[in-house]
Amino acid sequence: MNFNQIPNQIPHQKENPVEPTNPVPSSLHPLHYLFTTDHRIIGIQYLILALVSVVIGTILSLLMRIHLVWPDWPLPLHGPILPEDYLALVTIHGTIMLFFVLTTAPQAGFGNLILPAQIGARRMAFPALNAASFWLTASALVTLLSSTFVLGGSAISGWTAYPPLSAIASAGPGQALGMDLWLISIALFAVASTISSINTLTTILRNRCTGMTWERLPLTVWGWFTAALLSILAFSVLLAAILLLLCDRHAGTSFFLPAGNLVNGVLHQGGNGSPLLWLHLFWFFGHPEVYIAILPGMGLTSMLLANFSHRRVFAYRTMIVTTLLIGLLGILLWGHHMFVAGLNPFASSAFSISTMAIALPAAAKVLSWLATIWRSKPRYTTAMLFALGFVSLFLTGGLTGPILAQPILDEYLHNTFFVVAHFHLIMAMAGIFGLYAATYYWFPLLTATRNHPGRLMSEPLGRLHFWCTLAGAYAVFLPMHLTGLAGEPRHYSQLTGIPGPGGSLSPAGQLLTPTLPLNHFITYAAIFLATAQLVFIFNLARSMHKGNFASSNPWQATTLEWHATMNPFPTHPASDTSDISVHRAPGQYQSNKDEVSFLPQWAPVPFEQDKIEDVIDTKPE
Amino acid sequence: MPATITPNKTEQERKRRVEDHDNGSGRRPPTDKRTGGGGDNDNWNDRPHGRRGPYERLHRYRMGIFFALASDLMFFVAIVSTFFVNQSTGHFDAYNHYVNEWLPTAVPPILWLNTAVLLLSSITMEIARRNMFRETDVMDEWLGLGKPITRRALPWLSATIALGLLFLAGQWVAWRQLASEHIFFKTNQSSHFFYLITGVHAVHLFLGIAALLAAFTGLYVSRQLENRQILVDSAAWYWHAMGLLWIFLFTLLAFFQ
Repeated sequence: MNFNQIPNQIPHQKENPVEPTNPVPSSLHPLHYLFTTDHRIIGIQYLILALVSVVIGTILSLLMRIHLVWPDWPLPLHGPILPEDYLALVTIHGTIMLFFVLTTAPQAGFGNLILPAQIGARRMAFPALNAASFWLTASALVTLLSSTFVLGGSAISGWTAYPPLSAIASAGPGQALGMDLWLISIALFAVASTISSINTLTTILRNRCTGMTWERLPLTVWGWFTAALLSILAFSVLLAAILLLLCDRHAGTSFFLPAGNLVNGVLHQGGNGSPLLWLHLFWFFGHPEVYIAILPGMGLTSMLLANFSHRRVFAYRTMIVTTLLIGLLGILLWGHHMFVAGLNPFASSAFSISTMAIALPAAAKVLSWLATIWRSKPRYTTAMLFALGFVSLFLTGGLTGPILAQPILDEYLHNTFFVVAHFHLIMAMAGIFGLYAATYYWFPLLTATRNHPGRLMSEPLGRLHFWCTLAGAYAVFLPMHLTGLAGEPRHYSQLTGIPGPGGSLSPAGQLLTPTLPLNHFITYAAIFLATAQLVFIFNLARSMHKGNFASSNPWQATTLEWHATMNPFPTHPASDTSDISVHRAPGQYQSNKDEVSFLPQWAPVPFEQDKIEDVIDTKPE
Repeated sequence: MPATITPNKTEQERKRRVEDHDNGSGRRPPTDKRTGGGGDNDNWNDRPHGRRGPYERLHRYRMGIFFALASDLMFFVAIVSTFFVNQSTGHFDAYNHYVNEWLPTAVPPILWLNTAVLLLSSITMEIARRNMFRETDVMDEWLGLGKPITRRALPWLSATIALGLLFLAGQWVAWRQLASEHIFFKTNQSSHFFYLITGVHAVHLFLGIAALLAAFTGLYVSRQLENRQILVDSAAWYWHAMGLLWIFLFTLLAFFQ
């Protein structure tokens, strides 16, 4: 039996490893690391950018939550949060989180660090373009953040920037220069993402090693591949829409401006355009964008569940098909964001059907996840816990999807916190859980240097982090369904305490007063959730220097990134010349009562056919 | 057919690999087949990374260009959809009449000439591109007999650059003609689109001319045949795509106003 044995404990080496005989000078000039074309360092750069962004975005969301329940609380160094400040918080929070965290970290960050290794390539197809893409992304982030400091502050249109208000500079405080900077920032980001996706797609298509056939590609790679395809199709449409909107703002056109448009007391006479057109173009981009954010996480979840429960991924080929199907359907259902925007009811029906259709591949994925771990005895490492958390959040958030896909129900729910709860659970929380799973799982690969092997993150701290985050995520977002059903609207800076006609409480205020206790609870839960992330930051900082050294394949993974020479930061550069080829699909495990063994993708076939049939069911699925 | 200095042993060994469901008949995936050019262990191990097959890099760049063009196509699809939506959008005036203010812009006749020039430039570009792969010339270069490929391709490439610049000059004339009829970007909805579409396409052609100039410089400077082939080939595919795109855009502007 040539299967590798899996020990019960996570193997790690306590003492310092032996120095390589031929150490390579690792002290290169810092600028070398800054302007490198090495995809592994670019991946780290993306992750750092995403980490900075997620900290900013989280602080902004806490400010929003605090303002909602204590509207009079003055922000230090700023003063009271005015309604336009609140809208700016909403806008920048959404933009940063969706673009610079949920798109950047899984697709560009881990896509650079792990993807080439998983397909057995030592470099990406276009290293220089890759670096250019990172610097465009970084300049997009700087542009976005700088908009806070210009006259009028940053844009207040939300991350969707609906016209006509986004097309008219006098529509609000942030709608002049702030809006322009927002548009330029997103245009830069769109170009950067397109370039990065060209690189990703070409790498996957052309740089696979021998034997890495399509059916043997890990599902993470399929996730990155589909997300990159969606990026290619979607981001350029956004770029075109931004160009048209900039023309509307500065060149006197009216692509999105209707006639007789009264904005802020000024009647805008000209114009024969349609704000709905922006919605179509934006959501043609915006909905695939959501899948760009979540598809790599889905792939990773499949692989991790199989890895830690020592099973093959259930229905591997079906999982490939559902990944592609989710991508395909993902570009056909943008209209479900527009049910209340004045869409033709027949179009609404069509989009409703395509939206519910995507529940089929999504449900197939959930079933495969459950079937993979069913009656296995998984090792509950932190990475596994976060992958299970991903499944849980995806399911919880997904169940409200078919509800919102009904135009008639969406009429009521669309502008309430019900939708906020839905997309935060399925996209934001599930996406973040995917990122955490990736961080805990791949941390040894990120921390390996030429002088020592990679380190593991602390498992006890990781478990503490997981349980706090899971509890916090549900505590924040489950009650939002209830306040949304009670009628709490989105994008309103203040719920109660606003005098209505005749000096009494406004009708809206009366409607929303009963939700205040629940809103207080949500705010406390949000503060708890954010605080729990400090555990992660601490664990990250500590494990980087003091974590236990990991063995070369600490999780008994079968995918290629754990091959000794495919390590992003190899310990023994001399072994770089050995060749890698792939002999089987990932996730070949065998378990019986006494032991579990596994066969990595790269291990050559050392035994005869009859033996392999004893070990693994070779019938193709 | 592009020329290749063909190494022997390019074919993957075909053996029975029963353990991998491969009975050797060649009909049954998954085999340990060659999967690309850039990854590991594809029988080109005696060469340094990135130089494993004669066309490995060329095909990689070509694929990158095609993905970029697919993305660019979506950009124009979005603008053209906007064109049709705006064309059919009207509004109700104060008397509750539905008005559609679309006034078609008559395209200046010089655009026909420009289109012909652009098509011609695509032909010269294709001749230049094919000259990069002539087997006898590749062989001459390989033997060290000067740079016959550069010598052959340069005139055609120069002609493409000249025709491209001529096209852009022609577009400029078309804009001047419209301006002399007091039709500007801001004039009406149709003129927005005329200037927008021709303008965005012209920006793309400027990028294309930059690529052609890069190829031109590369033909002079680079001594490595592969680099020259990649430069000319990539610029050529981009140029063809812009020509094809212009045919569609011109048809749209001329006949679907």
